[in-house]
Amino acid sequence: MSGVDSAIRLRGFVKRFGPITAVDGLDLDVPYGTCVGLLGPNGAGKSTTMKALTAQVIADEGELEVLGYRLPGDSKQARAEMGVVPQLDNLDVSLTVEQNLLVFAHLYRVPAGERKAAIERALAMANLRERRTSKVDQLSGGMRRRLLIARALLHQPRLVLLDEPTVGLDPQVRQELWALIDRLRSEGVSILMSTHYIEEAERLCDEVTIMSHGKAVAVGAPRALIAEHAGPEAIEVYGPPTRLTEVEGLAGERGWRTRRTGTSVSILNANGGAADLDGERRVTNLEDVFVLLTGEEIT
Amino acid sequence: MAVAVRAPRRRLGRLEPAALRGVMVREVVNYSSFWRSSTFSSTVDPTIYMLAFGFGFGSLVSRVAGYSYIEFVGTGIVATTVLFSGAFPAMYSTFVKYEFQHTYDAILAAPVDTEELVTGEALWIAARTGTYGCVPMLVAVVFGLDPSWGMLLVPGIAALAGFGWACFGIFIAAKSKAIESFSYWQSGLLTPMFLVAGTFFPLDRLPTWAQVLGNINPLFHCVQLVRHAVFGFQGLADIGHLAFLVAFALVAWRLAIRFMERKLIL
Repeated sequence: MSGVDSAIRLRGFVKRFGPITAVDGLDLDVPYGTCVGLLGPNGAGKSTTMKALTAQVIADEGELEVLGYRLPGDSKQARAEMGVVPQLDNLDVSLTVEQNLLVFAHLYRVPAGERKAAIERALAMANLRERRTSKVDQLSGGMRRRLLIARALLHQPRLVLLDEPTVGLDPQVRQELWALIDRLRSEGVSILMSTHYIEEAERLCDEVTIMSHGKAVAVGAPRALIAEHAGPEAIEVYGPPTRLTEVEGLAGERGWRTRRTGTSVSILNANGGAADLDGERRVTNLEDVFVLLTGEEIT
Repeated sequence: MAVAVRAPRRRLGRLEPAALRGVMVREVVNYSSFWRSSTFSSTVDPTIYMLAFGFGFGSLVSRVAGYSYIEFVGTGIVATTVLFSGAFPAMYSTFVKYEFQHTYDAILAAPVDTEELVTGEALWIAARTGTYGCVPMLVAVVFGLDPSWGMLLVPGIAALAGFGWACFGIFIAAKSKAIESFSYWQSGLLTPMFLVAGTFFPLDRLPTWAQVLGNINPLFHCVQLVRHAVFGFQGLADIGHLAFLVAFALVAWRLAIRFMERKLIL
């Protein structure tokens, strides 16, 4: 069976909505026990891909396998063995934390004798034991997000899909969630995470797939992608707009790639050759790669 | 690399009890937070209609179609209650869960299919209409409707009709892009049906075209079946009424599933 070594395996996945091609021949692999990031600007096709993995979007073309099950035919079996953390909060707001978990313990078919233990485990994991009787509309944004994650883990899934897990949260709350996701990964759960926070992907993912206009434009470990596309360091030159344009021209003549970041120009791939341009040296990052490959700046 | 331990392959079937139960548990747990308002609106409205017509109209007419007016309206009102506690909650709750709470995204990410989602929600509403449907009839007992053994069948009839109306309500919600379009269905279809159902006045004095329309109104068949259950069945005619309600439920059920699938699965 071809999909046995991958928790998720997509080949040539195409999805069209009328005249728009949202996903245009995507290949994607999530090897068992790894965390893979799906990175891309808005409209790159990340959400469509995530929805296809639960068969809420049906592919027009391509092969999709999740945990060895063919989609969409055997999707229900796959869904029984995976957990999904949605981008949009869809908790039952008039219910308590514990009631939300109870409902999903039923929906995920946790056997009656194990339900109580499953709920306790999820509460502990999400650090919500003290808030078990709070109604969801009394929780902070971070707590709600933790509850969404806890809800997806009730049935101890082998695979977890996280769709923009930290969007709209404070930096501090975001780090809390990163710790939670990192723990999952260390327990051997396979994870696919879509995000447009570069730092999130860099910290958590073993491998990232950068998407642009429905296609994968780069696949690899974050460090390897950075080394390949942006080089070890960047030279960042500050100055008035005319100076920046001039620097861009010079870099172009020497075959280096540049990236505008507001008040500066970053020269990538110069490998130490741009010392005469009077800029600051800095370590390259995944964001440099992202901007080079997608042509889009994201914040 | 972790080696996957695979359970024996078993393709999950359609309409699994575990999935239906999951959907209904969600409904029941949520109901615990709003049962008061729901019970109030589902039972008080029809009771007011019944008492208003009973006192107002009942003082003008002594007998209608061979029944005292309280007997006539006290049994017919069951169908009104079924409509109010079946179709309307299904329309609004489906729309709100889809549009504002994104509940269906969460449920369909679990091992539940659209068919099970629709069926589970409609079954739960049917259980409610079976119960609520009896409330105004029991109030009518206080005002002179004689209790009879046949009344024990009324929850079953109300639940069957309620399943059909719940599915029809889900279908309306699935067809509607905005909650405002409910007005068209309500004023254009549901209100006329509610009035031309033989609940408050018999259909046989109406023009022929209205009688024909009345006969394809599921509420009319519910009214007739309830009345005959309480005062004595009329053989073949009641088998026809029952068959109509079963057919309505089946058609509405498949329509609801078909259109919810179109809305939820892209």
